[in-house]
This record gives sequence, C-alpha cells and structure tokens, in this order.
Amino acid sequence: MSKRAMIELKDIYKRFYIGTPNELQVLNGINLTIYEGEFVAIVGASGSGKSTLMNIIGALDRPTEGQYHLEGLDMTAAKDKDLSGIRNRKIGFVFQTYNLIARTNALKNVEMPMLYAGITGKKRVERAKELLTMVGMADRMKHLPEELSGGQKQRVAIARAMGNDPAIILADEPTGALDSATGRMVMDLFHKLHKEQGKTIVLITHSPELAEETERVVTIKDGSIIGERQGGDI
Amino acid sequence: MMFYENIRLALFSLKANKMRALLTMLGIIIGISSVIAIMTVGNSVTSTVTDSMNSMGVNNITVGLQQKEQEEETTQEGMSFGGGRSSSVTREEDYFTREMLENYCETYADSIAGISVSESLGQGRIQDGGLYANVSAMGTSLGYFLANDLELLAGRYFSQTEMDEGYRVAMVSDVVVNNMFDGDMDKAIGSIVQVNVGDKYYDFAVIGVYQYEQSAMMISLVSEKDTMTNLYIPLRTAMEINHSESYSQFTVITRDGVDSDAFADTTENFLSAYYRNNRNFEPSAFSMASMVEIMSDMMSTITTAIAVIAGIALLVGGIGVMNIMLVSITERTREIGTRKALGAPNSAIRLQFIIESIVICLIGDFIGIVLGVILGISAANFLGAAATPSPESILLSLGFSMGIGIFFGYYPANKAAQMDPIEALRYE
Ligand SMILES: Nc1ncnc2c1ncn2[C@@H]1O[C@H](COP(=O)(O)OP(=O)(O)OP(=O)(O)O)[C@@H](O)[C@H]1O
Ligand SMILES: [Mg+2]
Repeated sequence: MSKRAMIELKDIYKRFYIGTPNELQVLNGINLTIYEGEFVAIVGASGSGKSTLMNIIGALDRPTEGQYHLEGLDMTAAKDKDLSGIRNRKIGFVFQTYNLIARTNALKNVEMPMLYAGITGKKRVERAKELLTMVGMADRMKHLPEELSGGQKQRVAIARAMGNDPAIILADEPTGALDSATGRMVMDLFHKLHKEQGKTIVLITHSPELAEETERVVTIKDGSIIGERQGGDI
Repeated sequence: MMFYENIRLALFSLKANKMRALLTMLGIIIGISSVIAIMTVGNSVTSTVTDSMNSMGVNNITVGLQQKEQEEETTQEGMSFGGGRSSSVTREEDYFTREMLENYCETYADSIAGISVSESLGQGRIQDGGLYANVSAMGTSLGYFLANDLELLAGRYFSQTEMDEGYRVAMVSDVVVNNMFDGDMDKAIGSIVQVNVGDKYYDFAVIGVYQYEQSAMMISLVSEKDTMTNLYIPLRTAMEINHSESYSQFTVITRDGVDSDAFADTTENFLSAYYRNNRNFEPSAFSMASMVEIMSDMMSTITTAIAVIAGIALLVGGIGVMNIMLVSITERTREIGTRKALGAPNSAIRLQFIIESIVICLIGDFIGIVLGVILGISAANFLGAAATPSPESILLSLGFSMGIGIFFGYYPANKAAQMDPIEALRYE
C-alpha cells in the first residue's frame, strides 16, 4: 500500500496500577499501523484490551510505554491541551452508549464539537443541520435525547462525530446496544462515510459478520495482536 | 458565543432541578435581601435624621449638665448608696443661673446670635366645653424660635416687655387652632385659652400661631385631634409659675461662620469655671453638628452589624452553592467525559461550571434584591422615613453575588475540568 500512515503504534504498553504491588498489564506491546482511508475492525474477547487501545488511539488516554504518531505527530510528547484540540478536529468518537448530552436537543448536540472549535453562529447551525440530514434525522432536530430511540440516538451521535469533519472515526461497539436491523442502518452509515468521504474508520465489534464487512480485521487477545487478515469485501 | 451557550446550559440544568436550585439559592436570597433591606432602611433613616437635625440648625449648641467623673472614690457595687457624697439628682443650686448666662453672652457676643432657654410647665389640655387640644406648655426665650426654625402662621412672637415681665401670653400650633377655633386663626388671636396642667388651671392670651411640624422620626399613632403640640409661653412666665430661678439646659445659636464644634468646647470651658466647686456636676456642650455625626456613626454601626450577619448568610449560601455544584458535577460526570472526548479543553469545562455557579448566584441575587427592596420599603414606611432603595447597594449585591459564584464555583468547576476523560466516560 502506498497510502500515507494515519495511525502508527509502536510497542505500546498500558499498565493500570490498582494499588501496589498489583499491576495490571492490559496492552502488551502493540504494533499497529492504520493507513489513511482504511476501514479497520478490531475484534477480540471481552477484557482483551480493545477499548483501552481505542482510547489511546483517540488521545483520551496515554500509553504507559511506546510510541504513538498520528499523522506524523508525536502524541506521547503532546500536552493535554494539544490533545483536546486533536480530539476536537481530527477524531470523531462514536460510543456504544451514544453519550448524547442530556436535556440538549439533537441539533445542539451536533453543534457541540463545532462550539469547542470556535465555529460561530449560522455556519455552525447550518453544518449541524446538514449532518443531521445526512444521517436521516432532519425531522428530529429539536428532539431531546430522551425522546429518541437507540438507533436514532446513535445516528445523531454519528452526525455529532462528523462535526469538525475529522479524518478519523473511532467507534467502540456502536451497534452493541442495537437490534440487527438498526445496527445494519448504522453500519451502512459508516460505509457511506468511508466510501464517499474517505474517512479512516476504526471499529470495535463483537459481531463477526460486521467485522467481515471491513477492509482489515485485527484480532486482539490478552493485550496482544494475535492476527490480522483482510475482511471479506461486500 | 461560548458565553451565551453556557448561560443557556446553566439555565437548562437549573430548570431541571427547580426545587433544588431554589433551596440552594436560599442562603444567597436571605443574605442579599437583608443587605438590600438594611441599606434601604439605613439610607432613608440616616437621611431623614440628618435632615431633621439640619433643620433644627447645625449652628446650634446644646448645653446641659453631666455628672462629674468620680476620681479616687471608685465605689464597689452597691456601696455608693446612702454615702451622701455624690448624687445623681440635680438640684436647683446645680443649674445655670441668669448671671452665668448674661456673663457668657457678654463675653462671646461676637459668636452668639441668640440663646434659647426653655422651662417646661408640663403636659396638659386646653378645654372649652366639648372642644379640647392636647398641649405641652413650654416657657421659652425668643431664641427658641430661632433655634427651632418655627414658622409663624399668624400673629406675632412675644414682645420684650411680655418676656421681661412674664405676661400670660401664649403661642399655639395650627393643630390647636383647628381643634379649638375651627381653623380660624383670626378668631384664635386675642382669645383666652384655659390650660389645665395637673390639677391647676392657667389662662393665656393667644398672640401667635405657628406651624406644627410632625417629627419625621415619630410614628404617628394618634389622630390630629389628639396630637400633642407645644404651647409656648414667655420663659419668665413659666419660671414664675414654677418658682424656678435657674436653667437646667439651654441652646446657643451661633452666628454664621462660627465653628460650632470649637465653640462648644469654648462654652464648656467658660462655664466650667462656675462649677469648679460643684461636687457632682459639670457643664457639657454639644454642637448639633457633632450630634449629627454621632447619629450617623450609630447608624453605620448598626448597618455594619447587620452587614456582618448578612455576610454570614452569604457565606453559608456560597457554601450551599459549592455543595450543589459538587453534586451536579458528580451527576454529570459522563457528560463531562463526553465533552472532553468531543474536544472540550479543560478551560471550557471550568468556564461552563463557573458560569453555572454565577447564574445560580445571580438568580438568587435577583430574587434577593426584589425581596430586599420590598422589605426595606415596608420597614422604612413603618419608621415613617421616605424609602430610597440605593442603586449602589443593588450594584454592590450584583458584584457580591458574582464574586460568590466565582469563588465558590471555582473549586467544583476546577474539579470537573481536571477529571480524567476515560474515568469520566466509564463512570456509572
Ligand atoms: N481504568 C482502569 N483501571 C483498571 N483496570 C482497567 C481500567 N480500564 C480497563 N481496565 C482493565 O483492562 C482490561 C481491558 O479492558 P478493556 O475495556 O480495554 O476491554 P475490552 O476489550 O474493551 O472489553 P469489552 O469487549 O468487554 O468492552 C480489563 O481487564 C479491565 O478490567
Ligand atoms: Mg470495550
């Protein structure tokens, strides 16, 4: 592949100190490179360290040891303040539990990352409306999260993740709480973003079928990558 | 933009927990409303008192007697009784004599515009058939009218002869004229009124009517019909009736340009000479200016005391705000984690919660201002003073509550800002 490396992880270790002398090594020397525009699935048993790895990729957490470069930028050396900027502009998170802000309508939720990026007024609202239209939620803009179904919430969350047009989308079990039909709809959205907008997407999933839809499947066991293969094309 | 957004958010989260928000604000509301009420009352009372004192004449010096400080004989409690050496009861021989006053007036003729002396005959009633008017009969010198700024409505003041010879003449208030003469001043002038004081009756010819001014400090609980007003008679007349030859107190009206404070000291020194041998008493002179000062000092002391109490209420209120902010932050841990994941810098999270805390305080402040103004105006009205809600106190309270919001909101807000995004997102 001649494509540019987006995410480069080298000998990443993550240990949690749950009171000395107990030490929990969750990531065990991960080496992984994800290229621009790739759609990668990460699979593995529960507790294998998938979310921990995802948090490091998403600049929410720092590795205990190892090197992480995002678009060539050394993330281990970056300050907290720089990391929040990177999360804001380069990364879009989609969570299993949606994590929409309560008492705040769909439109305002989608505006949130743009708000932190300093995008003001009309421009922000227009973009948020566009994104909601893209995910098919234009008619629910003024609805509060508690008035939406799980699938609707997740679509709003995906629209929100796209707020600042990030290069990378990180989705941690985005269909985990949805029935298969709704999950299908969400998955189709990811495919659309991947194909039409060339987004780099990292997807954690427990569903083998969904994993097969991606370009590359990375399997993790006990904090180590034990296998990588191409996904079956659809 | 972030600012407006944060205010909107704060209002939303308050709306979701109205009762909790109100309870939280209670301390602020109590603190602010008492500050505003006190400042309203304090302001109006101070200005009313100073006004009425000023109208009595800032150039006036009141001279009276005070007990001498006992030097060596510090008696133990209860031991001074029956000792006979010192007495707190003034007797005729302790009072200022006519001679003293004459000497004093001659010595300081340049500074003195007039002397006002009064001798009370007592409280009584003018009666004529079914008509009556309550009066307090006062023997006065001419200077009294000068000192008290009385306005003559009809007739005249006492003549020198009436003063010197002790004629049975009187000046009555318009209240008396209303009650006794149907408000007809011409009919009143020249009439003889019979005044009943104690078990004695005195006849006086009315020669003048003055305007009665209700004291602003007095709460008028009686109707005009029963209002007690002064009936002025010549000083000599009153002294003859009382068989008195001396004065327990008098008022000096200084000439314009005389420093009445300094002249009060001069007066005290001059008169002290006469009291060198008096065991019990010495003269004391106060300028009205210094009285006004004492009065405002007193007011400000009261104001300070209540401000301290209000301060404590505000402190408690502030702690309440801090407490509720901590609760709110814990409840919204996942929200904070999500915001951080979406790229909110710590400073934005901190700002969000500080603004929320300020909004709580400002709403509390607003309710407090409204309550305080209502309270202050009612209290001022009750005291008979014109209510003047001070704009400074409202501005001050705005500043104060914002300060409380920032001060007590900072710690919780900072705690939220410092949260680890992962832990916040994993929070259940
Ligand atoms: N903050 C933490 N402190 C201590 N241990 C942690 C912490 N976060 C994760 N772990 C541990 O790390 C291990 C891996 O957790 P992780 O959430 O990455 O698993 P996962 O692969 O995402 O599992 P699942 O599929 O169930 O979501 C688990 O054993 C977990 O208990
Ligand atoms: Mg997980």
